[in-house]
Amino acid sequence: MSAATARRSDLRYRLSLNLRSVFGRAYPRVIGANREPSWIFFEALLPLLGIAAYVFVYEAFRDRAIAGLTDPAQIEAIKATTDGLVASVVLGGTMVAFWLNVLWSMASQLYWEKEIGNLQLYMMAPMNRMALLGGMALGGMFMTSVRALSTLVAGILVFGVAYEVADPLTLVAVFFVTLIALYGMGMMFASLYLLWGREAWHLSALLEEPIFFSSGFYFPQAGLYQVGGWARAVAIAGTFIPATLGLDAMRQLVLGPTAFGGQLWILGVGQELALLAVFAVVFLILARYALAYLEMLAKREGKLTSRHQ
Amino acid sequence: MSTYWRTFKTAAWLGWEMDSNWTEPWLFALYSIVKPVAGAFILVLMYVVFTIINGVQDLSAFSYMYIGNSFFIFVASTMFGTFQVIQSDREWYQTIRYVYISPISYYVYIVGRAASKIAVAAFAVVVTLVFGVAFLNVRIDFALQDVPMFLASFALGLGVLLAIGICLGGISFLTAKHTHGLAEGIPGIFYVFCGVLFPLSVLPDWGEAIGRAIPLTYWFDITRRLLAPDSSIDATLAGYDDGTILLLLLVSSIVFFGLSVFIFKTGEHLARKAGKIDMTTSY
Repeated sequence: MSAATARRSDLRYRLSLNLRSVFGRAYPRVIGANREPSWIFFEALLPLLGIAAYVFVYEAFRDRAIAGLTDPAQIEAIKATTDGLVASVVLGGTMVAFWLNVLWSMASQLYWEKEIGNLQLYMMAPMNRMALLGGMALGGMFMTSVRALSTLVAGILVFGVAYEVADPLTLVAVFFVTLIALYGMGMMFASLYLLWGREAWHLSALLEEPIFFSSGFYFPQAGLYQVGGWARAVAIAGTFIPATLGLDAMRQLVLGPTAFGGQLWILGVGQELALLAVFAVVFLILARYALAYLEMLAKREGKLTSRHQ
Repeated sequence: MSTYWRTFKTAAWLGWEMDSNWTEPWLFALYSIVKPVAGAFILVLMYVVFTIINGVQDLSAFSYMYIGNSFFIFVASTMFGTFQVIQSDREWYQTIRYVYISPISYYVYIVGRAASKIAVAAFAVVVTLVFGVAFLNVRIDFALQDVPMFLASFALGLGVLLAIGICLGGISFLTAKHTHGLAEGIPGIFYVFCGVLFPLSVLPDWGEAIGRAIPLTYWFDITRRLLAPDSSIDATLAGYDDGTILLLLLVSSIVFFGLSVFIFKTGEHLARKAGKIDMTTSY
């Protein structure tokens, strides 16, 4: 065995190489993306407008609903539920940033790298390609968390939303497990998008509003179950997007399980956390398989770096 | 003028090919419909959830919101269709340098590229409205004598949208790859302030003032007046008759056209000066 081969098979060397790869790929998203200050306007403040629109929709419904009422208790009840819905919208609107990041900066990223000519450099580099995806995911999580946090804080201040967090540890656990599952899904899609080519690019565009709808970003998703029929099918399909259960669990944790009469939650927080953990593991394993399949195809067909296909 | 027309035609054809040639026509049509219909369904479920919790129904408010949201498809598509041209040619296809130095009007080229998105949006709007009337009890009562007024306001509304899109295009000459931030955010301004989903009276006074200063508010209002004249929602623009609103739209489309030329030329000049015309900002 040559010295170079022995070195490459040394566990410590491989670990160090892959950790450096993770860091190297995360770096431009953590540092580089924040060097461009215009993100504060485009990615923290502008999303607030979309949230504001939905907040005002609920407030318009509320104003019309209480216009003809005289019973103060009934008026207060409607105001309280509207406040809960507004709080749901602000939280959902904040989580939209993560879904968009998964779609456009994870799932589409390898395809984008191919188009601009970086992919062949990645494929030639000696690190594990999962380290590359891991770096993209970690960088994306950090970059988006900064933006999402800015949006959340602005949302709380602007709309006067009050969250009561009784169990912060569970909330943090749900948040991070949701992120791991979401970005695991993004890592899996990254390889698949590369295989599907331009159609996948359009798939990303298609996975915005339909997922906002089926995952209940702007309303408690269990509302779909109340409609029944086709909506129930949409709700079940939407549950496979980790954001759905994550958002539902986070809403329960910040609004209380009795909010909306307790009738608009999908499952209990514990069950949702367990399911999210399963999703996280499954998506990461599937990402590894999708990447291996992609590498096999790349070697067999030799057209991995052909652009505009 | 013939050069402008030729540029427009060629750019429109190019835009159509770029938008649609990746798949079969039926799949393209499906993609074009699913996105806006899902957007409408978000609102439907918001209404349903509010109704379930509070036990009150308000079909007038629902129709108001649904019609506004349907026509908002034009806003998102037309604006995205215009301002994304510069960033996609610059960052994605990296062809901007070749198109830019060709002897055409780049302004007209962008408008042409947006044309295919407007056509697809028109299709999606019709599907969304028909779906709403057929399955969601949305109330539309469109009289034949209102067709000329509708077409005139529609043309002016699109003109304003194109002008705003070009303004953003001029700005995007100088910014990094923010297509999606812009695509989500700028239409969001109109979504909030133009009475698309709710009457302006829901907004605070300063918000209502902003809404009244944006021409699209009047476009949405006149469109809704023509399609749903029996709505009981007070849109807070009752003081204006249809002719006045049309006149306001005409004046504002002229103003915005001038503004778009100014901002576009300024952005272009500054980008050339800073050497940013063909920059790439991938991260």
